[in-house]
Amino acid sequence: MTANGSQTVSTADSSGARSDAAMTDNAPLGSPRVDDAVIESRDLDVFYGDDQALHGINMDIPEHKVTALIGPSGCGKSTFLRSINRMNDLIDIARVDGDLYFHGKNIYDDDVDPVALRRKIGMVFQKPNPFPKSIFDNVAYGLRVQGKDDDVEEQVHTALERAAILDEVEDQLDSSGLDLSGGQQQRLCIARAIAPDPEVILMDEPASALDPVATSKIEDLVEELAEEYTVIIVTHNMQQAARISDKTAVFLTGGHLVEFDDTSKIFENPESDRVEDYITGKFG
Amino acid sequence: MSTDTDTDSFDFDGSALRRKRLLGKAFVGACFAATMVGIVALIALLVDVVTEAWGWLTWEFLTYPPSRFVENYNPANYGALDTGPGGIYPALIGSIYLIVLTAIFTLFLGVGAAIYLEEYAPDTRLTTFIETNIANLAGVPSIVYGLLGLAMFVRALQTGSSLLAGALTLTLLILPIVIVSAQESLRAVPDSMRRASYGTGATKWQTIRNVVLPEAIPGIMTGIILSLSRAIGETAPILMVGAATSMFAPPRLTQPTDAFSAMPMQIFDWARLPEADFQHVAAAGIVVLLTILLLMNAVAILIRNKYNRRR
Repeated sequence: MTANGSQTVSTADSSGARSDAAMTDNAPLGSPRVDDAVIESRDLDVFYGDDQALHGINMDIPEHKVTALIGPSGCGKSTFLRSINRMNDLIDIARVDGDLYFHGKNIYDDDVDPVALRRKIGMVFQKPNPFPKSIFDNVAYGLRVQGKDDDVEEQVHTALERAAILDEVEDQLDSSGLDLSGGQQQRLCIARAIAPDPEVILMDEPASALDPVATSKIEDLVEELAEEYTVIIVTHNMQQAARISDKTAVFLTGGHLVEFDDTSKIFENPESDRVEDYITGKFG
Repeated sequence: MSTDTDTDSFDFDGSALRRKRLLGKAFVGACFAATMVGIVALIALLVDVVTEAWGWLTWEFLTYPPSRFVENYNPANYGALDTGPGGIYPALIGSIYLIVLTAIFTLFLGVGAAIYLEEYAPDTRLTTFIETNIANLAGVPSIVYGLLGLAMFVRALQTGSSLLAGALTLTLLILPIVIVSAQESLRAVPDSMRRASYGTGATKWQTIRNVVLPEAIPGIMTGIILSLSRAIGETAPILMVGAATSMFAPPRLTQPTDAFSAMPMQIFDWARLPEADFQHVAAAGIVVLLTILLLMNAVAILIRNKYNRRR
């Protein structure tokens, strides 16, 4: 599967008739190649024990854009996200085959240190998970562990400002991050992720545990972040993907990437019938 | 019983349930009695010990070495003595130093082992085997640890019947409990905290030091202090390594090879002496031991409450 897939990736054909062939060749429908790719996934398989969670994922992720990964539960979108910064390494039974390039370097090469990689690719999790430390120390955490804390005061303020939470917490930087509301906690976590200035920010359903007002704040923030960072966001919420993303990848059927294209194309005129059914709510 | 199966009539006043209610009440009463047995026994013991010790527990008792003569312990005689009053001082200091050394050893060995087992050890059969055995070791009688300490420290490592041998033996005794409770504290740290740390580019050691340990340390400290309060009352292990029943000078912390006595040994020594008044002296010693024990438990509870409130 891996062997023949790698030769046919570049010829992603966009005719609907090739649907089945494309699946076996691991090339999704749509336009999986982009010119300014910062991350390139080639025939990426992920296994949890004997279960295969991802089947030969081929896609490019463009720089300074918001790329949304959507699909029903268990479709592998979060698994794919975690394989980008090698968080899957923390799961004992997870195993990865295939290649994933970051700036042209395969991050699954033996000489790649996952800790160094994660300093370039930050992450925001589904459930807000601030440390039981002060707001200041939360944001400073990444700076300190990475040894970038020469000017920690200013960097913390900048990060809080970029995460659109500075106004709300400026007077209480010494109080615990756990005293904030859920939405504020999530923006604090975003501030923590961007403080050490990574290139890519991975977001795993960052708004799924939040109320609508907090959600819309996060969405605004995601669009702003794309000016400086490459954002990859997993979401259950199709309207959210349509609102905030430039590119959308649709994962279906237990770990297959079915279609990947500009968000407008995916939502207005998808090539795959199954994607159309999913988008219009016929299943999933 | 036979009428309440009749579905046509509804038993409004629950009269058919009366027997079951009575049974329930009897059960509650039995449980209450069971609870009271423990509490009453403890109170009776405390009252008995405190009344025995009343009048014999003085500042001099805490600050003077023991004496062969029972008169020396009686505060009424203090003025007429040629020698000093009798007291528990060397054993008290011996017990405190024993606990200090044991605390230092268990902190490093126990927490180190727990961190290795919980955070680093691969999930293999060997690890499971080791963990199971550590849990089993917690149930080994303390006299067995005493024999081990005698063979290993006193004889093989030539420490003699010293403070060091006593502390190392008590360390072995409580280490399994400390490891297990520290492992539980580490396991209670949510994985989301670890992921958050790794996600910001922290190494494993940075994650453990900055996130996992600060979260786990209150639980670890509570476990260590409670184990130490068990160790301070242990007699069998220090008896086996040859602690003295009565010492006239306290050991020095800077000289861990000093011979030593500890409170349980001293209390036992007094309790077996024939003069009736020595029972008062022994009771006074028990009150001192119990006070230190309760203080240690109180510290453990304070630590736990302080950090629980923070969440």
